[in-house]
Amino acid sequence: MSTAVTDVVVTETHVMPEEHYLNADHSLKSWLLTQDHKRIAILYMLTITFFFFVGGIMASLVRLELLTPAGDLLESDTYNKAFTMHGVMMIFFFLIPSVPATLGNFLIPMMIGAKDLAFPKINLLSWYIFVVGACFGLAAMITGGVDTGWTFYAPLSTTYSNTNVILTAVGILIAGFASIFTGLNFIVTIHKMRAPGQTWFRLPLFVWAHYAASIIMVLGTPVIAITLILVALERGFHIGIFDPRLGGDPILFQHMFWFYSHPAVYIMILPGMGVISEVVTTFSHKRIFGYKAIAFSSVAIAVFGFLVWAHHMFIAGISMYAALIFSLISFLVAIPSAIKVFNWSATLYKGSVRWNTPMLYAFGFIGLFTIGGLTGLFLAALGLDVHLTETYFIVAHFHYVMVGGMVLAYLCGIHHWWPKMTGRLYPELPAKLSALLVFVGFNLTFMPQFILGYLGMPRRYHSYPPEWQVLNVLSTAGASILAIGFLLPMLYLVWSLKYGQVAGPNPWESTGLEWETSSPPPSHNFHETPVVTSEPYNYGEKEGEV
Amino acid sequence: MMFSKYLPFFPDQASTIAWQVDALYLFLVAITIFFTGLVAAMVLTFSIKYRKEKNPIATQIEGSVPLEIMWSVIPLGIAMVIYVWAAILYFNMERAPKQAMEIYVVGKQWMWKVQHPSGPREINQLHIPVDQNVRLTMISQDVLHSFSIPEFRVKHEVLPGRYTQLWFNANKTGTYHLFCTQYCGTKHSGMIGEIIVMEPAMYQAWLSGGSGEGSLASNGEKLFTSLGCVTCHSGQSGARGPNLAGAFGNPVKLADGRTVVADENYVRESILNPQAKIVAGFGPIMPTFTGQINEESLIQLVAYVKSLQAEKQTTTGAVAGSTTNPNPEPKQGKPTK
Ligand code: HEC
Ligand SMILES: [Cu+2]
Ligand SMILES: [Cu+2]
Repeated sequence: MSTAVTDVVVTETHVMPEEHYLNADHSLKSWLLTQDHKRIAILYMLTITFFFFVGGIMASLVRLELLTPAGDLLESDTYNKAFTMHGVMMIFFFLIPSVPATLGNFLIPMMIGAKDLAFPKINLLSWYIFVVGACFGLAAMITGGVDTGWTFYAPLSTTYSNTNVILTAVGILIAGFASIFTGLNFIVTIHKMRAPGQTWFRLPLFVWAHYAASIIMVLGTPVIAITLILVALERGFHIGIFDPRLGGDPILFQHMFWFYSHPAVYIMILPGMGVISEVVTTFSHKRIFGYKAIAFSSVAIAVFGFLVWAHHMFIAGISMYAALIFSLISFLVAIPSAIKVFNWSATLYKGSVRWNTPMLYAFGFIGLFTIGGLTGLFLAALGLDVHLTETYFIVAHFHYVMVGGMVLAYLCGIHHWWPKMTGRLYPELPAKLSALLVFVGFNLTFMPQFILGYLGMPRRYHSYPPEWQVLNVLSTAGASILAIGFLLPMLYLVWSLKYGQVAGPNPWESTGLEWETSSPPPSHNFHETPVVTSEPYNYGEKEGEV
Repeated sequence: MMFSKYLPFFPDQASTIAWQVDALYLFLVAITIFFTGLVAAMVLTFSIKYRKEKNPIATQIEGSVPLEIMWSVIPLGIAMVIYVWAAILYFNMERAPKQAMEIYVVGKQWMWKVQHPSGPREINQLHIPVDQNVRLTMISQDVLHSFSIPEFRVKHEVLPGRYTQLWFNANKTGTYHLFCTQYCGTKHSGMIGEIIVMEPAMYQAWLSGGSGEGSLASNGEKLFTSLGCVTCHSGQSGARGPNLAGAFGNPVKLADGRTVVADENYVRESILNPQAKIVAGFGPIMPTFTGQINEESLIQLVAYVKSLQAEKQTTTGAVAGSTTNPNPEPKQGKPTK
């Protein structure tokens, strides 16, 4: 393979392959009964895009309400339902499946040179389960909504709320099984289906990241399932687990909820990190800096991520000594993330860097994730968390990681692999513009929220003291820019399906196995089973250490 | 530290702990700016300097163990500094000083009810004297709430079923925000109020202008009689229940061999769920009072049991406006189950 980068994209003209997974069969039935991981990925993509926009509408309602200090646009109950449904939709029906169920599904078999996932039928089943769960969530919303906050804290959720708690919980519970099946499928596939020569240390980091995330999905999701079942039982039969008036303990709920929901943020972010590793190497045409450090840091995050849950409860009356330990481990879990950020940055050093759209998103990810991670330290710091927890600082931190990190990584990956999935290139200019809008809009939305948080503005407030209006107006203004940034890709990506330039098998000149086959790939991925003979990111001869 | 009226960056510093929290915050802000700047500088300089037009052929570099070690160990070191600093601050915030005036707070959907030991009650307002340690003993009547005063940089959850505590020392007179920060249902954002910090003399005046309902402990004493507690807890030898005088704040030997310290939560549990912990030498004959006493009355009973202490000992509280004595034992910390 040559080290020189030539501008294949513009100079060569490609033709679409004659047969590929998209045109193999056009009937609706062939889509709904498909066992092709690539088609299932597309099904997932359409589904979660829908939920992203449902969640987005809820977010818009929240931001519009907060334009003025008085709670004047929505009723209190409506407002509470809006932020609850925003959280539920975005977390359970968009972020958790986002990268794994779409890009992971599409790419893992291709990256390891396999024909499909280990259990194609279970893969299809997982999509159906997800849709059923999501429909429950949607039904809960349409028939009146739920107002407990996405955290479902007891005893509000078990005893006091008279909204659709059980219906929503059932939806999340069902969708959880989809997540478990996907995780299982990935783990088995990565263990068993690697092409000849594809050793563990020749796996792309995207695969490592998904492996780590899958472990969390399989181990963590049952706990949220049990927790939600207990909430439903408590609501229905007053069994006395969480409600102190029945002899239960509301803090127990928090322990159980966060035992899943903290690691769940790693289910969301790890696959995104995998995307970034692929994109940064491709667009700097260079080996990844510190392959093993990045690979093992994913595993470290997955393991230590299970041991920090009580950092959400420092002021909830847990023992001070428990708080000491949870704070310490929370600081430790930040280190693997720091390692990744430094390694990505170092990968650019002496690279041959192209500023294509996916790379812009990757830059955005690195910057925003760094801020998200560092502001996590504020919250892991016991004495500071007391002031910051339950305020807009939490909201801002969380969105820096989940939107600035994860959603950017998702968009980054969608743009990066769009030519592979569809065979077409999107137009660069609007794509770059939307990346810029997302970056600017995002910062304008959430930077003021850090300040609001330090000022003490509580989260989930329908009205607020007038002296905080300017910051809230800034935030809402940013959100409108962000919304345009998110809508724009919908337009030009759909446009490109028909009018986009034909991409050819490897428009970015990447070394990944998935780029060796045609775009879009044939139904069975590879015409011949590939044989792997070198490490990933083999963009040329090694020239040793710096 | 109000930067401007329209674009403030810091809430007022109105408690002794506030500047300490701000100092740690500013340190972390500096760290954040430094590392974000460093990463941004790396990403931007590399990707501009080595852009494809300038550097058509990448130099393939495997990695570097010394660098990996460096960027693991340095962040770890900084993280540990923050950890220890913040942990010390947290311990100072969580452990109330021995000498503190005690005020009781009951949270319910969607209001704060406050009881001062000497009698006055207020709703969604809390009057306190300046430069004085104040300890709040708080409980919720329904869902979770959280008592937050941003200008003091303190906050604690208010739980149903058990007391939690929060302390502060306001060092600047004025009126400050009180927020419920734990989402608690429909009117969560209406569960707000004011903290009014007054000169001690003004505070005394405010106290004496109160409703004249009698002190918490004396109200508790009335309940103690009317509910029939006194029949068993007469304090005489041979009474069916233990003598409660002097019990508070001291270790209690239980029938199952354990020893627990009689704090607010213990007294509360003894009233609502007497069978949970049986005092050694007594039978499980105390009836439960669950459902018969509301949280405010429970607080009065607890205050009364606490005050029984005072009759035994002659130390007078050095704390203005407090009829109950500070705990004789250096019992610290928030109550835990
Ligand atoms: C029928 C007699 C009886 C009545 C009425 C009664 N108690 Fe008790 N109480 C006991 C006995 C016996 C114990 C010791 C056994 C135990 O711990 O349950 C006790 C224990 C206690 C304790 C723990 C004492 C310690 O030394 O640790 C407290 C506090 C208490 N009672 C408060 C009350 C209050 C307040 C009331 C009224 C609301 C009340 N009791 C009514 C019999 C009674
Ligand atoms: Cu967490
Ligand atoms: Cu509240």
